[in-house]
Amino acid sequence: MKDKKPTKNTTDRRNFLKLGLASTVTAVAGSSLVSCLASDEEGSAAHSHEQEKMRLLTPEGKIVEVDAKNINGYPEALITPKESRSGIPNRKFVMVIDLARCKNARKCVEGCQKAHKLDYNEEFMKVQLLQDNPDGSPYWFPKPCFHCDEPPCVTVCPTGATFKREDNIVLVDNDRCIGCKFCVTSCPYSARQFNWGHKAKFEDKSEPYSPETSVPAAEGTVMKCDFCPDMLREGKLPHCATSCPMGVIYFGDKNEDIVTNGEETVRFSTLIEERGGYRHLEHLGTKPNVYYLPAVNRQFPLERGFNVDEDIIERYKDVPYVQKLKKEGKI
Amino acid sequence: MNLDKRKRELVKEFSPTLEHYSLKTKLWIGSLVAIILVGVYAFFVQLINGHIVTGMRDNVVWGIYIINFIFFVGISYSGAFISGILHFFKTPWKNSVSRIVELITVLSLLIGPIFILLCIGRLDRLHYIFLYPRIQSPITWDIIAIMTDLVGCFIYLYLTFIPDFAILRDNDDIKVSQWKKKLYRFLAMNYQDTKSQRERLHKITRTMSVMVIVLALVAYTVLAWIFSLTLQPGWNSTIFAPYFIVAGLYSGVGVIIIAMYATRKFFHLERHIRKVHFVAAGIVLLVLSLLFGYFTFSEYFARWFSHKSTDGQLLHTLFSGYFWEFIFANYIGVLIPIFILFFKKFRTIKSITFAAVIAVLGLWLNRFLIVVPTLETPYLPIQDTREAFVHYSATWVEYALSFAGIAAFCLLFTLLIKLVPIIPMSGIIDYEREQNKRKKLKGKNKNK
Repeated sequence: MKDKKPTKNTTDRRNFLKLGLASTVTAVAGSSLVSCLASDEEGSAAHSHEQEKMRLLTPEGKIVEVDAKNINGYPEALITPKESRSGIPNRKFVMVIDLARCKNARKCVEGCQKAHKLDYNEEFMKVQLLQDNPDGSPYWFPKPCFHCDEPPCVTVCPTGATFKREDNIVLVDNDRCIGCKFCVTSCPYSARQFNWGHKAKFEDKSEPYSPETSVPAAEGTVMKCDFCPDMLREGKLPHCATSCPMGVIYFGDKNEDIVTNGEETVRFSTLIEERGGYRHLEHLGTKPNVYYLPAVNRQFPLERGFNVDEDIIERYKDVPYVQKLKKEGKI
Repeated sequence: MNLDKRKRELVKEFSPTLEHYSLKTKLWIGSLVAIILVGVYAFFVQLINGHIVTGMRDNVVWGIYIINFIFFVGISYSGAFISGILHFFKTPWKNSVSRIVELITVLSLLIGPIFILLCIGRLDRLHYIFLYPRIQSPITWDIIAIMTDLVGCFIYLYLTFIPDFAILRDNDDIKVSQWKKKLYRFLAMNYQDTKSQRERLHKITRTMSVMVIVLALVAYTVLAWIFSLTLQPGWNSTIFAPYFIVAGLYSGVGVIIIAMYATRKFFHLERHIRKVHFVAAGIVLLVLSLLFGYFTFSEYFARWFSHKSTDGQLLHTLFSGYFWEFIFANYIGVLIPIFILFFKKFRTIKSITFAAVIAVLGLWLNRFLIVVPTLETPYLPIQDTREAFVHYSATWVEYALSFAGIAAFCLLFTLLIKLVPIIPMSGIIDYEREQNKRKKLKGKNKNK
């Protein structure tokens, strides 16, 4: 029972904030709403005279005074697990990855790890070194979750902990996950990670859990790339796209037919049409929402990708091309 | 009155196994309990520290727990099938083995699902399966199928117990503790072995014998689907359900033969479990080993011949990392039993049991090869992952819990045959009654 009340309050507050955001007024609370925002009504009423006051502007343009204690420190875009199931209206998010520009700088991996509080060894975004055929030239292949339209992981989940939203995003609710790992085995792209043991960071409740941020993670549950819906709600790009120095990752909305890598904004359909965009393992019928532009007219030689830590290079030791390079003493 | 006398005789014959715990039995039970306690300790280690204590990691997320799960449920399926067939067709010599088979059916179905629970990351949220069920998930199908199967098999086992409970209740000679007598009284459900009661019981048991075959068939098919409905190269196969069924039968018959051998040795049942039973079971095992070999060959041959790149990678994993396991599981585990059982002169009790042991071990490894190498060979090659996450090797926790599962199976088996005779007394009486009837009929025919 203790938990229920604050959750409800947060929901109300969030709905209100939505209104606030719509009218482009920064988080402001009206006095009539203060009571339902309060995380501890009775307590705050009793000691209100000792509390610090804050002046806020309501959407109607009135200035009201409220207890500072009643304003909680939650981020504006906190979305509860229940709310996270519906998705952002009228959006069809899509990602385009330009393989010609990737040089395994790993900034996307690091940016993602930082934002999702992942450890050094945990990656939502992995960079693979693929070679389509023995004569073809190898290329770096950043691999997020593909947020499929026919997601096998969602089909097999016995509790609905992983779900597909209207805006194309596939999310995991780790409050609901029982850890059966069936989704991990059913994903043909190995996009999912499991929290095998306990970690101190799981205890950090300073930020309440939301499937949209995937933070904090929980022991014995699954996690994966979430397309950063918390950023999308603020009209920003996912962390991988913003942290890539080469502009490899384009992100956008299929409905608007626009994708951007932060520097240039292009039509999604033209980009795919003109650059020969494709989806990885199309024949599996999962209908991914991540598109790739083939690695032609490369901007960097592949070997640039080996300017990384020794232990990262070790991760590619089974790739035939890497073995060849090692034999030749180039790495 | 003749019937009562016969019943008393039978109780006298079997009462030693029910009344006394010999030193050997005590030692056996003691060591089983010790193994289980180690398993319980391992379980708490896993519960407190999380799955990090197992060898499972991001690529191989299912390890020997799920292999044990398939293995035990397969044995149960086999037990249900064999027992159902024996009962339904009123096989004349079924009586000596039917209880062993039925016990194996229920016990392995109790132990199997425990392993799937060990595989679940958040046991504290297990009830979410019922709170937020999603019917399109094969796991939900599996839970429904296995629970139904368990209830069905349990009812079936109980039905076959009732007449024996009644016999044990009616005999005051038997020296067992008071609580056991009370238990017999309660479990016999006022069964008085009147003609109408007996006929009704026979009818229900016969119906249930068919039901359990179907229930087990569904349960094991759904289990195979958990694998074959995914897109993974080694699993996405149309023959997986029948393949699993044949494999389950194969391992189950093996376990039945081993159990027959052990109980015969231990309780000196040479008079009841005779060579003819072993030879019959051996021939069933022969047929199944041929079938199993055929399915295994079809499965791997198609993968090898059409050599899709993903299948090629899987075969590469199998033959590079798991070469000896593959040879043992799919060559030795099939060919040795075929060789032993094919020639009449090799069909001795000991060699048939040996063939059964080889078959069971081979089949366990075969399950291992279906699960682990497939997970080590996903569509996208495993790269950009820490070294420790690439390959799977089970830890002591997993082994301890696996052995605890086997020990629990043996312990429950031992305790149950301390409660009711391993050879159904009512079955012996029924059999003799049939014989008498036939004799009388023959006599009448002669007179005419």
